[in-house]
Amino acid sequence: MTTRLFFPSQWDRRTRTLAAISICLVFFAVIFIAAWLYGDQGQVTELDLRKLPPSWERPFGTDWLGRDMLARTLKGIRISLGVGLTAATCSACIALLLGLGAALLGRTVDRLVTWLADAALATPHLVLLILISFACGGGARGVIIAVAASHWPALTRIIRAEVLQLRSADYVKLARQLGKGPYWIARRHLLPHVAPQFLVGLLLLFPHAILHSAGLTFLGFGMPPHTPAIGVLLAESMRYLSMGLWWLAVAPGLILIVSVLAFDVLGNNVRALLDPKTLRE
Amino acid sequence: MLSVYDLSISFSRYSFGLKKREVRAIEDLYLQVSAGQIMAVIGQSGAGKSLLAHALLGILPRHALLTGSLFFKGRPLTEQRLAELRGREIALIPQSITSLNPLLRVGAQVARAARLSGVGKKEVRQAVQRAFARYGLKDDVASLFPHQLSGGMARRVLTATATVGRADLIVADEPVNGLDAPTARETLAHLRELADDGKGVLLITHDIEAALQVADKVTVFWAGTTLEVAAADDFREGGRLQHPYTRALWNALPANAFLSARQPALTPPGSPGCPFRLCCARQDSLCAERAPKLRNAGQGMVRCHHA
Amino acid sequence: MLEANMLSFRYNRQQQWLFQNLDLRIAPGEIVGLPGPSGRGKSTLAKILAGYLTAVHGSVLADGRPLPRSGYCPVQLLFQHPELAVNPRWKAGDILAEAGQPDAALLQDLGIEPAWLTRYPHELSGGELQRICLVRALTAHTRYLLCDEMTSMLDPLSQAHIWQRVLDIAEKRKLGLLVISHDKALLDKLCHRTNHYFATIADFPLLTIRFP
Repeated sequence: MTTRLFFPSQWDRRTRTLAAISICLVFFAVIFIAAWLYGDQGQVTELDLRKLPPSWERPFGTDWLGRDMLARTLKGIRISLGVGLTAATCSACIALLLGLGAALLGRTVDRLVTWLADAALATPHLVLLILISFACGGGARGVIIAVAASHWPALTRIIRAEVLQLRSADYVKLARQLGKGPYWIARRHLLPHVAPQFLVGLLLLFPHAILHSAGLTFLGFGMPPHTPAIGVLLAESMRYLSMGLWWLAVAPGLILIVSVLAFDVLGNNVRALLDPKTLRE
Repeated sequence: MLSVYDLSISFSRYSFGLKKREVRAIEDLYLQVSAGQIMAVIGQSGAGKSLLAHALLGILPRHALLTGSLFFKGRPLTEQRLAELRGREIALIPQSITSLNPLLRVGAQVARAARLSGVGKKEVRQAVQRAFARYGLKDDVASLFPHQLSGGMARRVLTATATVGRADLIVADEPVNGLDAPTARETLAHLRELADDGKGVLLITHDIEAALQVADKVTVFWAGTTLEVAAADDFREGGRLQHPYTRALWNALPANAFLSARQPALTPPGSPGCPFRLCCARQDSLCAERAPKLRNAGQGMVRCHHA
Repeated sequence: MLEANMLSFRYNRQQQWLFQNLDLRIAPGEIVGLPGPSGRGKSTLAKILAGYLTAVHGSVLADGRPLPRSGYCPVQLLFQHPELAVNPRWKAGDILAEAGQPDAALLQDLGIEPAWLTRYPHELSGGELQRICLVRALTAHTRYLLCDEMTSMLDPLSQAHIWQRVLDIAEKRKLGLLVISHDKALLDKLCHRTNHYFATIADFPLLTIRFP
């Protein structure tokens, strides 16, 4: 008698990983291209088409000024993505510099960076964001600075720990005994190890950055009200929700959540692909 | 108690892009463990020892494909039955305390193992106390965390965890790896006790000398297949060992001749003939033609045309 | 001559000395055994002799000169766990190349197959990986080889094979060898003499008691 105990799933690991990554990339490409194709259409007010619920012609409906919500949402998510990407990249770069500094520049720098990271983590997130954004005068610049300045601690800690661990690894010490200089070791041992961590950390920062920039804007401390950022759209929709214009909130909210999830999926799948341990599963 | 026939485990893994390759990790594996006996499984790393343990506990990775027949107490093992038996009738003594929960006190973990293995709520305390007493663990050890245990104590706790229930088959995965001599001896003695109490013990190790101290029989794995099953006594002078590999293994021990044989080289996958022939001094045309089957010979079994 | 003079070491002031006033000499071509149970500081001594750590007191001289602060160290160390001594993200070929172009004859001598060189460390067995590490450590500039439980995780066949090759090479190149092991039988087979600094408490060979 033969029993067959374990079935491989229909789609295996790497197929799923690559499929997930492609879907995410296509999703973002569609958003950017569509937003670009729509041009100014979303800004045009057509008062005879006011407050239309979703239909085949206008899948996201129109708002109280007759503006097409699909166009506005696409524009909004593009702006939010742009702001989020910039902020996350800045934040990740800060994290890289601080993390490397803490691990490589001696104990004083290490203590200072660790203290800064602890302090930043101990402050309530939203309060910190609002304070910085407000102090920088709001707008896209304010949001970017606020998000960049408040999102580095987690990644800093990861990079610091990685580099510290790597520096005490037997194979790195062995490289020195084989006559390799510090520059060679940094380039061949440290960089290839930290770079994937950095990339994945960056990708996983995006969803936070996007959500928080939208949140800041929603609360009125971010983007100015005349730009169709997702946060602005959501804030505006609040006033009309009680009048039954539910689609004003649902469409932008949904797109925001999907984008955030897409970045999360992207980050986790890229990580699986970059790790030699899971590479060939 | 446990019988494994023709067990094969393979993985499909990626070479480049989406191209896949089937990798056979275990092929035609045979194993028999009886009640009251210690069956040692020896073989080099990669011979399929830990994979076998994972299969017996039903914890293979998802991309593994398993074929063959497994029987436990005369009834076939299915995935579902494995899940039922795991921890109840088949218990694992893991390699190190990293398998314990680092945040939970030792006593609580042993108690949990007892409950999971089907010990009634009222008897749990007693069972834990019995297990502790049996392995010379003082009561205050129960309130320690795993990282506070010394090497020897950790081994005893792991053994206690596996034996607190009513498991009849104990799988010990490399139990003496990295232990100093007195602790290793004590651990092996505990396994012997379990066997003498009528349990079946599967001792998986790469340390032949340790295995021979306590085992009744030895199964020799090589490249995922069973080459020989021998009584521990057959190892005495090496004279009664039947397979060329087992003999080479015995002769390679520093305490014996310390001979280095030809390096194990694998035949290409799917090729006919004896898988061991490329590193065998006695290979001939028959070996290249047809793979030998495992057959009864002497006190044990052997997979070789010439034994 | 590899000389350790009056070495003392502890990790910090709160700790006990791992060893004090330890003397050790290894001549070129000589094979010295260092037995003793684990956790006594044998590995730490090896790390000091190979320049990974600096002793609190005492000095290490290789052929009359202190170990170089930069550049290739003539004393190379082989670890018990080869998988920790290689970068997990490098393929075996890159690992070998770190010490320069490997000697083709040496590769063949140790039975390293070309196919291994394109694999990642976790795709190689411990024995295969230890051989890679051995070739990496055996460049022409290596004068002394310290083997810290080099084969204790390997199967007997790999162990015997690796040691036979190492003995041949050591004799041919007049290398000095320090063999650290808890396996008394192995030291008896390999070494010209043993240093018993760490073996003060009787370390029992594993095969003394047989249970009925």
